[in-house]
Amino acid sequence: MNTGIKPKHQRLVLVVIALVALVGAGLLAAWALRSQASYFFVPSEMQAAPPPTGQAVRLGGMVEEGSLKTMQDGVTIAFIVGDGKARIPVRYAGIVPDLFVEGSGVVAEGRLEPDGTFVADTLLAKHDENYIPRELKDMTEAQARAAVAETQ
Amino acid sequence: MHGFANPTRFLKLARWLTPLLLGSGLVVAAIALAWGLFAVPPDRLMGDTVRILFIHVPAAWLGMGGWTAIAIASLVELVWRHPLATVAARAAAVPGAGFTAICLLTGSIWARPTWGTWWVWDGRLTSFLVLLFLYFAYIALAGAVERDGASSRIPAIFGLVGAVNVPIINRSVVWWNSLHQPPSITIGKSAIDPAFLWPLLAATIGFSLLFGGIVLARMRMLLADIQAEARLRRKAMEA
Repeated sequence: MNTGIKPKHQRLVLVVIALVALVGAGLLAAWALRSQASYFFVPSEMQAAPPPTGQAVRLGGMVEEGSLKTMQDGVTIAFIVGDGKARIPVRYAGIVPDLFVEGSGVVAEGRLEPDGTFVADTLLAKHDENYIPRELKDMTEAQARAAVAETQ
Repeated sequence: MHGFANPTRFLKLARWLTPLLLGSGLVVAAIALAWGLFAVPPDRLMGDTVRILFIHVPAAWLGMGGWTAIAIASLVELVWRHPLATVAARAAAVPGAGFTAICLLTGSIWARPTWGTWWVWDGRLTSFLVLLFLYFAYIALAGAVERDGASSRIPAIFGLVGAVNVPIINRSVVWWNSLHQPPSITIGKSAIDPAFLWPLLAATIGFSLLFGGIVLARMRMLLADIQAEARLRRKAMEA
C-alpha cells in the first residue's frame, strides 16, 4: 500500500504554508508602519494635526506656481507648498538644489511656527517619475504629457 | 527540468553558454552605455546627470533579480533537493550583492546634485540598504555552512525569508511618502521618454546577460571545488 503523499509534495505544501505566513507577516508589518515609515507629512496632514511648536518635522508637497518670492536680503526665499487640499507658506534661507523649481515637488525639513509658517533648515528637491529630453522642455506641460502619452 | 539537474549535463551546457553570455553581455552593455552616455539628449530638469539612469536602474533590477533567483533556487533546494539549486543560489549571491552596491553608490551620487543630499532614510533607500545587508548575511551564512559541513537547508531557508524584502522595496514608494519618486515604468506604461527608454532597455539586457554569465562561471567554479574535494577524499581513502 502506497497511498501516502510523496515526501516532496509534503515539503512543497509545508514551504507554501510557511511562505503564506511569512508574506502575511510582512504585509502586517508594512501596514503597521504605514504612517511611521513615511518620510514627510503633506500639507493637509500637517494642518489637520499640527506638530508641537519647535518640533523638527518634514513637510512635502508641490511648490505652488507663482508663489516663489525672494526677500529683500536676497538669500531668504518664501513660497507656498500645497497638496491640492491645503497650502502652507514656507520660508528658507540658503542654497536650493538644482531641481527646486515652481510646480515641482519639494521636501522641507524644519519647524512649524505658531503663525502657521513653516521655517525650513534644509530643502530637498523631489523628482517626479517623468524623464523628458530638453527638446521637449519648451512645450507646455500638457503638450509634453501628450507627447509622452503618444509613445506609450 | 530534471535533465539539467544532472551536474554532468549542466557542465556540458555551461561550458559553451558561459563565454557566450559574458561576451554578448559585454558587447550589449558597452553599446548601451555608449548610447546612453554620448548620444542621448540631456533631461529637461536634470541635464546630463540623467545619464546615471543607465547604470542605476539596471543595477537596481539585478540587485532585486539576484535575490529572486536565490529565493527560487532555495525553494527548489528545499522541496526537490536538487544539488544544483544549492550551487546556483550560492553563485547568484556575490554578483547580486555587487549590483546592489553599484545601485546604492550611483543613487547616492545622483541624489547629491538633483535632490540636494547624499542619503536620506526614506522607505526606498532604507529597504535597498537592507537588501545589501541581507546579501552579506547570506554570503557569510552559506560560506560558514560550506566550511563546517552543516545542512545547506539553513541558507535556503534564509534565502526564502529574505525574499520578503523584495516586494517591500518595489512597493516602498507607493505605500509611504518618500523622497525617491514613484515607479516610472509600470505594466504597459512608461513615464520615461523613448529617447531614454530604449538605451535603458538595452543596458538592462546587457547587464542581465553579464549577470547570467557570472552566475554560470561561479557555478562551474563551485562544482569544480566540490569535485576536487571528493577526489581528494577518495585518494585519502585508497592510500
